[in-house]
Amino acid sequence: MADLPLSGVRVLDITVVWAGPYCTSFLADLGAEVIRVETINTFVPLGRGSMAHPTEAMLKSLGSFAGGTPDRQPGKRPWNRFPLFNAHARNKRSVTLDLLRPGGMDIFKRLVKVSDVFVENNPTETMEKLGISYELLKGENPEIIMLRMPAYSNDGQYQNYRAFGLHIEGVVGHTLLRGYEDMDSTANSSVLMSDATAGTQGAFAVMAALHFRNRTGKGQLIELSQAENVLPFMGQPFLDYSMNGRSASTIGNRHPFAVQGCYPCRGNDRWVTITIFGDRDWDALVEVMGSPEWGKDTRFQDAVGRYQHQAEIGRRIGEWTCGRDNYDIMHLLQGAGIAAGPVLDQRDAYQDPHLEERGIFEEVTQEDAGTHRYPGTPYKLSEIPMPIRRGPVRLGEDNEYVYKTLLNYSDGEYAEFERQGHIGMDYADDVP
Amino acid sequence: MPDLALKDVKVLDLTQHVSGPYCTKLLADYGADVIKVERPGTGDPARCMGPFPRDVPHRERSGIFLHLNTNKRGITLDLKTQSGVSVVKELAAGVDILVENFRPGTMERFGLGYEALRGVNPSLVMTSISNFGQTGPYRDFRSAEIMVYGMGGEMYSTGLDEREPLKLGVNVHLYQGGGTAAVATMGALFASRLQGLGQHVDVSLMETQIGSIDRRMSMLLTYQYTGDVLGRSPLRTAGYPNGVYPCADGYFQITGSRNYFPRAVRMMGSPEFLEDPRWHEPEAQSDSDLQDEFEPMFLMWTLERTKYEAWHTAQESRVLSAPLNTMEDLAHDPEFLRRGAFARIDHPETGPLDYPGRPFTMSESPWSIRRPAPLLGQHNSEVLSGIGYSSEDIVRLRTLGVI
Repeated sequence: MADLPLSGVRVLDITVVWAGPYCTSFLADLGAEVIRVETINTFVPLGRGSMAHPTEAMLKSLGSFAGGTPDRQPGKRPWNRFPLFNAHARNKRSVTLDLLRPGGMDIFKRLVKVSDVFVENNPTETMEKLGISYELLKGENPEIIMLRMPAYSNDGQYQNYRAFGLHIEGVVGHTLLRGYEDMDSTANSSVLMSDATAGTQGAFAVMAALHFRNRTGKGQLIELSQAENVLPFMGQPFLDYSMNGRSASTIGNRHPFAVQGCYPCRGNDRWVTITIFGDRDWDALVEVMGSPEWGKDTRFQDAVGRYQHQAEIGRRIGEWTCGRDNYDIMHLLQGAGIAAGPVLDQRDAYQDPHLEERGIFEEVTQEDAGTHRYPGTPYKLSEIPMPIRRGPVRLGEDNEYVYKTLLNYSDGEYAEFERQGHIGMDYADDVP
Repeated sequence: MPDLALKDVKVLDLTQHVSGPYCTKLLADYGADVIKVERPGTGDPARCMGPFPRDVPHRERSGIFLHLNTNKRGITLDLKTQSGVSVVKELAAGVDILVENFRPGTMERFGLGYEALRGVNPSLVMTSISNFGQTGPYRDFRSAEIMVYGMGGEMYSTGLDEREPLKLGVNVHLYQGGGTAAVATMGALFASRLQGLGQHVDVSLMETQIGSIDRRMSMLLTYQYTGDVLGRSPLRTAGYPNGVYPCADGYFQITGSRNYFPRAVRMMGSPEFLEDPRWHEPEAQSDSDLQDEFEPMFLMWTLERTKYEAWHTAQESRVLSAPLNTMEDLAHDPEFLRRGAFARIDHPETGPLDYPGRPFTMSESPWSIRRPAPLLGQHNSEVLSGIGYSSEDIVRLRTLGVI
């Protein structure tokens, strides 16, 4: 039986919200022992929830993104029931220690000594306040690999600039490249692309550094600016500026040369996307639609004409799609060799026969959240199955393992740390 | 010259368009020796995609091709010929990784399926990137970039609730799919190097979106937990100041509502009218009359400032905010320039141009540009003679149209 690829690699994780936690979830899936270092004395908003001790009424008023615990109930430990956290926390471990209390830094340093990788994604000044730097880590463990994931940088003017993914999108120019063509940019809605790309590329970075260390014995410092990490994705528009001095703007759902759109379907908020690349696609589409008279319009008989008149064509296609089911349209058009697919909502994803056959969702039980189907690893290795091995980790779930087994603290010392407020599975009552 | 993280890694790259080439670009830019295989005559279809200098199409001047293929050596091979297939097998015998993104079944038709390649290299990592994966009922469906986003599900929550769902900027989903493929490939490389275990890595672009952009995994789990299907937001949401506002030279985005409101007030210089306690009562942020009163006053604040002035002022009060930059703004941002976030790369057909630079920095084994994207077939002789072909062999292959 093969080992998981990263078995034997230990990762210390003090990441928050999504970009960092998404990065370490890739490493955990691949078999690294990812230990989340948490504290029971302060609460990071959008970490394990919006607040430590929400009431049922508060959860309801927060809505499902910020308050979507199972059945909207706080349960005994709401912090173990938060979907934004539980979505990335599978296969991870959790230890509690408070870096700001006496003794906390000593425990942390002992952890650094036995770890391979350290990952964080905080504003630079937060790390300075905690007293954590690459120099400190290297002093404890010369071969450590440190991945820092600031919004912009760990130096210079923007080092403490506050940002969510949606702000980073604006700075790197992506926001102006998306949006409805017929509305101005104030109508732009937010997406959080840089979180996802930083998570993926951060995991790649850690593995590149581990590979390098296996060959040379050297650790190193990796800085992944969440903003800079998106720049390669801007290749086409950036080079258009470099080559031609032009700043592109949004083309909405359009394609650079095909006829493309997102069309309404039968039901409430149901949609299908269709892309017509060339004459063969066009002829097939007209035939599937029952060869309507408008399809024979001479203006639509070549790609250039169709591109020019795509608004009119789009309206006609929409009239055809709006009475039909979006999955039916997919099968009908795919049967004729045309690129068409529904826009899946969350319910669709869990019912989709392709995802079902590919085994994308796995049933996982976690003591405080119950039994649910979780999205698993987004790729497959033929020789190494990668099921979710542990449910989303509960706060402090691995305290005994980390303190006693990993760090060799005695039962007496463990009890003392508990008294000092380092160890626990519950946030202190006065934590908001 | 500094050491490179992946300099001991050899990659045979049978990818084209965007997702596959971005996967192998990550490997190449951090040091791997990547040999890219293209069709003789036409090459990677990305060579026909813009931008082009002065908008004149030219196979050696496609901006996206030049960007996605830095640090790779290029050869041409006709995979429909037995000789072409033989060369791939000979090259595959000497590499760690092979990446391809043909439609599923194509490699088997060439005689280059995973079983055949494992025969010549048992520890090979073969990564296949496709729209829907190598198995399942949608395996052979046609796709388009917008469809990847739509079927990945992210699109459902992008845009406005009164309008149709909206895709993101050009091809970003394909880049993200390529990045995920690079993670999977590195994982398999570890198993190959440490356990001698070769394997086939199956990357479905649809699945790379299911758990990716816009925290989709979290929204899927929210549905499991609550039954709620989160969709798109309305144009105006409660809470202020929040969203995108016009300013003196473009647009400025701010998240200054609710618990961030006191910071926004500080940012505005704590004007007298905002001292009134009614702005600070618990329900004030949900009061649409107050919001109607606030918005025009806030607009006056933004319209008096450029997007960068507004941003820097906001950040003095730690207000979450950003300018909506154009590519021109980005290319001139002083901090990005100071940090070397862009790379100037010379190429024989275009001359030097600025490209997007490194996605991350490494202190001991940095990202580097060692060569620009290859001309079509540029390294045919070099690569073939490296695996024992004589110059006569190479002339013959060229005459027969194999290379």
